[in-house]
Amino acid sequence: MAGLPNDPLISRRTLLASTAAAALVGATFGSARGVKARMLSGEVPWAPGMATPPEPLVPNGWLYFTPEESRAVEAIVERLIPGDDLGPSGKDAGCAVFIDRQMAGPYGGAERLYMRPPFVNNASPLFGPQSQLTPAQQYRVALKALDAYCKANHGGKGFANLPGEDRDKVLAAMEKGEPNFEGFGSRPFFNLVLQNTMEGFFADPIYGGNRDMAGWKLIGFPGARYDYRDFIDTVTEPYTLPPVSLMGRAGWTPGR
Amino acid sequence: MARRLPKKDVVIIGLGWTGSLLAHELTDAGLEVVAIERGPWRDTSTDFSPTQDPDELRYGVRLDLFLRPAQETFTLRHNTGQNALPIRWPGAFIVGNGVGGAGVHWNGHTWRFLESDFVLKSHLSQRYGAGAMPEDMQVEDWGITYNDLEPYYDKFEYISGTSGRAGNIKGQLQPGGNPFEGPRSRGYPLPPLKDTAPTALFAKTANEMGYHAFPRPAGNASEAYVNPLGIAMGPCTYCGFCERFGCGNYSKASPQANVLPVLMRKSNFSVRTESEVLHINKDASGTRATGVTFVDTSGQEWEQPADIVLVCAYGLHNVRMMLLSGIGTPYDPKTGEGTVGRNYAYQSAGAAGLLFEGKRFNPFVGAGSLGQCIDDFNGDNFDHTGLGFFGGASITTSNYHGRPIASSANRAPGAPAWGSAWKKQVSSTYQNSSAVAGQGSVYSYRDKYLDLDPVYKDRYGRPLLRMTFDWHENEKKMTRFIAQKCAEIGKAMGAKHVTPRSIPDHFNVVPYQSTHNTGGAIMGSDPKRSAVNRYLQSWDVHNVFVVGASAFPQNAGYNPTGTVGALALMAADAIRNEYLKNPGPLVQA
Ligand SMILES: Cc1cc2nc3c(=O)[nH]c(=O)nc-3n(C[C@H](O)[C@H](O)[C@H](O)COP(=O)(O)OP(=O)(O)OC[C@H]3O[C@@H](n4cnc5c(N)ncnc54)[C@H](O)[C@@H]3O)c2cc1C
Ligand code: SF4
Repeated sequence: MAGLPNDPLISRRTLLASTAAAALVGATFGSARGVKARMLSGEVPWAPGMATPPEPLVPNGWLYFTPEESRAVEAIVERLIPGDDLGPSGKDAGCAVFIDRQMAGPYGGAERLYMRPPFVNNASPLFGPQSQLTPAQQYRVALKALDAYCKANHGGKGFANLPGEDRDKVLAAMEKGEPNFEGFGSRPFFNLVLQNTMEGFFADPIYGGNRDMAGWKLIGFPGARYDYRDFIDTVTEPYTLPPVSLMGRAGWTPGR
Repeated sequence: MARRLPKKDVVIIGLGWTGSLLAHELTDAGLEVVAIERGPWRDTSTDFSPTQDPDELRYGVRLDLFLRPAQETFTLRHNTGQNALPIRWPGAFIVGNGVGGAGVHWNGHTWRFLESDFVLKSHLSQRYGAGAMPEDMQVEDWGITYNDLEPYYDKFEYISGTSGRAGNIKGQLQPGGNPFEGPRSRGYPLPPLKDTAPTALFAKTANEMGYHAFPRPAGNASEAYVNPLGIAMGPCTYCGFCERFGCGNYSKASPQANVLPVLMRKSNFSVRTESEVLHINKDASGTRATGVTFVDTSGQEWEQPADIVLVCAYGLHNVRMMLLSGIGTPYDPKTGEGTVGRNYAYQSAGAAGLLFEGKRFNPFVGAGSLGQCIDDFNGDNFDHTGLGFFGGASITTSNYHGRPIASSANRAPGAPAWGSAWKKQVSSTYQNSSAVAGQGSVYSYRDKYLDLDPVYKDRYGRPLLRMTFDWHENEKKMTRFIAQKCAEIGKAMGAKHVTPRSIPDHFNVVPYQSTHNTGGAIMGSDPKRSAVNRYLQSWDVHNVFVVGASAFPQNAGYNPTGTVGALALMAADAIRNEYLKNPGPLVQA
């Protein structure tokens, strides 16, 4: 619930003000409303501020990753999505910050997952993830193993200190599951980071990644537009309106 | 100790699609009705408004509106020789939670099943011989015909505002509609949605190949509409945030858009949210239910007495509720005896992924049900002699979203998933990807069923529902056949890369397939082979009605909810017009 009052009557204005103050760096979400059992009858319940907007997060610094881990994650997302003439890298688009905020929140803590024992470790992947580690713990364990692997195989250097080409080689090997990572496999970890990096690059910027809507500009996605009735008859023409985020566009709030 | 609440005429377990339809009908009949819903209250203006709804991460990926496995999940094994494992994070199917149920975040494909689907066993026996079906295949007739259900299909389509083009009105074939559909009493309430580039290309190509393309019946309002309850829907804006999302425009057929605005204002209706029914209570004779026991968020247990108990908790949860409450006899795959859990089935996909060159599809312009279909290879619309399988699929090119996180995985066969090569092609694959996809039938088998898991428990210590399910040869062959047809159409559409996909050797719980779980409490005319009668009334406990796709004896090549809604309305009629006059079994066993 991180800092959001769960009083259903909190005014939307208050909510929006706090959202605006903190939104630029990242947000998570939860049930902003009281989750108490209720009896409803006689009317459609409605009160001001009953909406459940995304939950704002603290703007600065790393919330989950250690300084060393954050360098490694930046070094990964920079290779998964490199910067070039098509646009910024995953790092510059905020993917590492995005992942950090996700790990600090309910997703990283596996709050929605079924986490009851017994855990079966050698289960077939057809049955989905069976790890007793939360995603946040998976990063911690696998980043440590990645560092050890790089130091052993690349002249004592950790992943973040390798040149780009060597990092690509390590990532390609992880994609195939070649390096043996203690505690959490290199391949499931690669899949997790790749998925989270794509999430960061293409999710609404309110969560800390997709900075300046770089991901959306790359593919031509207009964001939170919600009404294409005027466009559907000419749908194969270029869509000319610029992308817009859930928090609007930078130009809409001068001085930010 | 459970505290006892004042008695009601009717208690409904779950306020999703079926629960809200039945609540509306039975409150209209003057009954005092309470619904108990395990999830939160949800409404358009507060939970799906356009200022918060188009959020792919929150709703599309982290599944904010869905049942969280921490609350309840299922276990799966492929066969009775394995230990089942819990589905720790949902993949293949994602079930609803909260007011509106999965009706909030469905796509809205609103199908009627084929006439032959309802009499499948007798139809296949007559046409191909009784011995033609695999020995362990356990298909059944439904105990009703298409014509019995037609008035209720019609009613559901008019309540929910379906957009489409009729193919058969009272036996007269209609140009541009589905020539294979059963006769309908009148056309759809709304004209079809508009096409986008890939759907129009599919329709043109399929017609040129001699097939019969028609627009998919859509629970997305193509125009403003007022339904028979007097509730207004706004026109769909093709927002592209439909499946997995609520609708901020009152355009998607849902309890919120089509029923609740009237239902909530009735003085003889109430709903308890965040309150989970633990079990149905029975009297000493075991043949009458006395009500339900539920638990609220403070952990307090309550007993809600009622004369009628409607189980509207979604097919899989309906079956679990019956097993936890001792309603009916659990199915035993060894002996073939017992009915609860019997004939679990699912949906199967044969498809072809398409990648074009030089197109600009702008896939973000889309709606949950927007698509063009053919039914030439569905059900028994084609001769199965010599094919080695039964069943088929509706084949479609859809355009329901251009969500960027999901679309980032689109790529040419063998192309890299990351790095500069990925980045160079991602904008082109975004604009050039489409598919021709079959929504295929799954028939029932003796060894595929539902029961309670002996190991894994929910947060209250009650056993999870265990699924024993895997693909059978019949469906593998069928989806390979369908994938081949899809690929032929895709090639004729001019795609550069065409990738046929059929179901794998074993059921994989990770990739999303469909939330169309059927069976487990099937309807029929023989109490030894079905759990409920044609009015969805329990054979064993006559004041319990079990409403949902749990009633399907096997699954057809369509999404279920048109049929689920029609069955709910038919059950409502039987309760109003027959059961209330003379409470007792509506069909003599
Ligand atoms: C992503 C998605 C897309 C879909 N698209 C389509 C489509 O295009 N076409 C189609 O035909 N179908 C589609 N479906 C399926 C469709 O949503 C369901 O068939 C339909 O909602 C079933 O209605 P129901 O009333 O049986 O269950 P639901 O609408 O899910 O309602 C069941 C309710 O019961 C509640 N409940 C369960 N257990 C308890 C308990 N113990 N105590 C209290 N409450 C309980 C649940 O929280 C839920 O609110 C889709 C489903 C999903 C998830
Ligand atoms: S596509 Fe249409 S029906 Fe679906 S959510 Fe958007 S506006 Fe609503």
